[in-house]
Amino acid sequence: MVNGKRVLIIIPAFNESGSIADVVGEVRGELPGVDVIVVDDGSADRTAAVAAAAGARVAKLPYNLGVGGAMRVGYRYARDHDYDVAIQIDADGQHDPRYVPKLVDLLDETDLVIGARFAGEGDYNVRGPRRWAMVMLSGVLSRVAHTKLTDTTSGFRAANRRVIDMFATWYPVEYLGDTVETLVHTARRGYTIRQVPVAMRKRMAGTPSHSPAKAMIYLGRAFAVLTLALIRR
Amino acid sequence: MKLTLVTGLTGLILLATIVELLRRRQLREKYGMLWLGVLIIVIPLSLFPRLLDNVAELLGVASGVSLVLFLGIIFLLLVCVHLSWEVSHLEEETRTLAEDFALLRTEIDADRAARDELVRTDG
Repeated sequence: MVNGKRVLIIIPAFNESGSIADVVGEVRGELPGVDVIVVDDGSADRTAAVAAAAGARVAKLPYNLGVGGAMRVGYRYARDHDYDVAIQIDADGQHDPRYVPKLVDLLDETDLVIGARFAGEGDYNVRGPRRWAMVMLSGVLSRVAHTKLTDTTSGFRAANRRVIDMFATWYPVEYLGDTVETLVHTARRGYTIRQVPVAMRKRMAGTPSHSPAKAMIYLGRAFAVLTLALIRR
Repeated sequence: MKLTLVTGLTGLILLATIVELLRRRQLREKYGMLWLGVLIIVIPLSLFPRLLDNVAELLGVASGVSLVLFLGIIFLLLVCVHLSWEVSHLEEETRTLAEDFALLRTEIDADRAARDELVRTDG
C-alpha cells in the first residue's frame, strides 16, 4: 500500500542477473507493502531465479519479446489482480524507488505520470543526434499530450486503473513503442499525462552506447516511430 | 515450338506440385487455391503466348509476353506483401500466447508457494 492504494511495481528484465537482485531489494526496502513483479523477457541467464530469490514475483516469458511484450505481461497481471496503480521501473537500477510515492500522489488527478530527467532534478546530459531526437520527441509529444514533457523515453512511469486496463489490452511491442507510441496513444484516447522531475542514477550494470553512427540511427528510427504513431489510429 | 513445350511443361509440373502439396495437407487451402488460380491463368498463356497481344496493344505494351512479365512481377510483389502481413499477424498471436504462458506460470508458482507454506505451517 502506498497512500491507501494497492501498488504493483513492474520491472521488465532481459539478462539483468547482475543488477536485478539489488533493484528488487531496494524497491522492497524503500516501499514495504508494495508488490513487485519481474517480467523476465526470455533471458539466457539466471535473471528469473535471482529475482525470485530477492522476493519478487516472476513472470518468465518463453522467449524474448522485447520491452513491449514484457510490459504488457506486467499490466495484464496488474489488471487481473486488481491493482490500483502500476509502476514500471527499469531493471538496471537507474530509477530511484524513493520517487514512487511522489508519482502515486499525482495519479489522483492524472492518468499517467512520467518520472522525467532534464526536468530540474539530477544531472543527466546527452549531446549530438541523440539529443536532437529527444528534443524532437519531447516537442511533438508535448503538443500531442497538452503538457510539458521533457523526457519522453523515460521508462519510469506510473499508471492508474484506467491506463492499466488500456495497456493490458493494447501495448506495442515494436521499437520505441513502449515509450513514444504509448504516449501518443494514451493522449489521443483522452487520458491525461504529466511528468514529475526525478534524478537518474548511474546504471548498476550495462553500458549505454555512445557511438555517433548509432545515435544517428536512433534519430532516424525515433522520427519514423513518431510519424507512424501520429498517423496510426 | 520448343519454347512452348518448355513453358507448358513447367506450368504442368508446378500444377502437379501444388496439387500434391494440397493432397498431403502441407499447404493450407487458402494458399493452395491462390496458386491453383494463378496456374489456371498461366498455363494457357505458356501454351499460347500470343493470347494477350490484343490486351497488350490496348495498354500500349509492345508484346503480350512483356505484359505477362510485368503482371508476374506485380503479382509476386503482392504475394510478398501478403506474406509479411500474415507473419505480422502470426507474431502478434505468438506474442499473446507467450504472455499467457508467462502469466499462467506465475499463477502456478504462486499456488505452489502458497501450498508449500500451508504444509509447513500445518505440519
